[in-house]
Amino acid sequence: MNEILWISLEALIKAIIILSLLLLSAAISVYLERKLSAWIQLRIGPNRVGPFGLLQPIVDVVKLIMKEDIVPNGANKFLHGLAPVISLAVAIMVWAVIPVADPIKIGDHIIQMGISPNADIGILFILAMTSVGVYGIALAGWSSNNKYSLLGGLRSSAQMISYELSMGLAILSIILISGSFSLSDIVNQQFSHWGGFRWNIFIQPLGFLIFLTTAFAETNRAPFDLPEAEQELVSGYNTEYSGMRFGMFFLAEYANMATSSAIITLLYLGGWTLPFAPSAIGLEQGTWILGLVQFVIFAIKIYLLVMFFIWVRWTVPRFRYDQLMRLGWKVLLPLALLNLILTSFGVLFINH
Amino acid sequence: MNNIPLEYYIALSGILFTIGTLGVILRRNAIIVFMSLEIMLNSVNLAFISFARYLGDTSGEIFVFFVMAVAAAESAIGLAIILALFRKKQTIYVDEVNVLKH
Amino acid sequence: MNIHLIAFIVLGILAIASAIGTIATKHPIYSAMSLIVHFFALSALYLTLQSPFVAVLQILVYAGAIMVLVVFVIMLLNLNEDEKQTIRIQSRNSFGIVLAAIFFIMIVTFIMSNPLNQPNSTNVYNLFTAQSLGSVLFTKDLVAFEIVGILLLSAIVGAIVMAKKKLIN
Repeated sequence: MNEILWISLEALIKAIIILSLLLLSAAISVYLERKLSAWIQLRIGPNRVGPFGLLQPIVDVVKLIMKEDIVPNGANKFLHGLAPVISLAVAIMVWAVIPVADPIKIGDHIIQMGISPNADIGILFILAMTSVGVYGIALAGWSSNNKYSLLGGLRSSAQMISYELSMGLAILSIILISGSFSLSDIVNQQFSHWGGFRWNIFIQPLGFLIFLTTAFAETNRAPFDLPEAEQELVSGYNTEYSGMRFGMFFLAEYANMATSSAIITLLYLGGWTLPFAPSAIGLEQGTWILGLVQFVIFAIKIYLLVMFFIWVRWTVPRFRYDQLMRLGWKVLLPLALLNLILTSFGVLFINH
Repeated sequence: MNNIPLEYYIALSGILFTIGTLGVILRRNAIIVFMSLEIMLNSVNLAFISFARYLGDTSGEIFVFFVMAVAAAESAIGLAIILALFRKKQTIYVDEVNVLKH
Repeated sequence: MNIHLIAFIVLGILAIASAIGTIATKHPIYSAMSLIVHFFALSALYLTLQSPFVAVLQILVYAGAIMVLVVFVIMLLNLNEDEKQTIRIQSRNSFGIVLAAIFFIMIVTFIMSNPLNQPNSTNVYNLFTAQSLGSVLFTKDLVAFEIVGILLLSAIVGAIVMAKKKLIN
């Protein structure tokens, strides 16, 4: 009983730390998005609040909280309130199985750097959570009593079901190579060959491209932002949302972006590992300094990917809906199947 | 160590199966009948997994995979039937579908 | 009272309440929401039975795929509240209730009269991993696995044929 209490306390503290880091990173992503989009469009971007406009996200949040919270006439109040909560909760829950560094040792205790990083169902849990995430958008669209929102919700559920298949097949190839569902195992397995540089992107280039494309589709970012296409659906499922409820969707989008980047980093880009043995620069395995260095490396990789997401959004035009469906079912799915078959032959060939 | 008697899980499974049966019998809405069927299938899954866990045998878990696969197939077909029914008769109430009666 | 029993009671009550919610609410979308809660409760119950793989498959298959389809259909048909009474007392209904009650009593008497051999409470955590389940699935039960593949394929073809507009009119 006492042991369970301690485990829960440890998980709670880790959850609080990860949650605050995630919210902080969402704020930074919002700032990055506004600044980068401004540079791409030859504007200056936010520069009034704080130095270089760095405090802009805080002002944004204050504005959203102060705004009136409107529930449209004829809307289903309960579901209208529930939908943004589902979106945000799912984006956060994925972090329960994501490790951020190697475990560190303090005295006799080995502290895992993550809430449950060794869960032997890690990747499956992530897949399950992303598949549940569709309810947030679908319910938001349905409960708003607005035809544009409904179209956005229908589009998003069709899109997410279609792209989840290719995503699952791309992940399956990774599982075939690593032989484990656990994210720590997958990262360590990338580190333990080729002098720390056998990142899965080098042996799974096709799988990486498929996963990247589906990650864009699952986060509803351009060029796959059909559920909220401003020009045709007046911002789709979140048309009828205002105030902090809209803020939660907004936050969920940026949290999802960080989450997807983290998963791509763990699966394909070697996670937090250094490209050489940590002892080469005098860092012992298990010290907190090494943990910190690894966490910083992980964060840098995540942010490079987040910037890539932003860059793509402001340079690539949106797909048409039939193009989106054709890409998902007729291009990505066969390619993912081909990748899976080739990978299984490769694994069989190497193992025997 | 988990020391809940197996009977508790089986009783829970029985209660859930009965609730599912009631839903199938009492409701007219085809979608809700469909969802009640899912409750029944899931209660059986619960019984399978508790037997598998208490007997230390993987067969129960394997059976659950097959039940899930059949449930997935059933949902695809069932929802297609409901959609076709709605297109043809503009209703999804099973007691209003009485073409064969008249 | 140990922590396992508390978890079992809470999850069991949640599962029963959400199952009742599924069959008793008027609006199909509330039924669907309730059923999703039910699936999550069952998934947590599987975790108490040391089967994490099945627990996560439960969410992946039921909450993530099947219920998305159901919600999709409810949204597509734009179903509103049942204008009919939820439960009408008719001869058929009372017959159903009696049938369900008899069935329930049968289960209870079965459990009471045949005390199940209190099984070995060994740790089966290593038995129910994806690896060991997969090796059973691909050796001993390979034929059944292949047949399920054919079943799913035929279900896909059937669903597409039935959803086509031309065949209906």
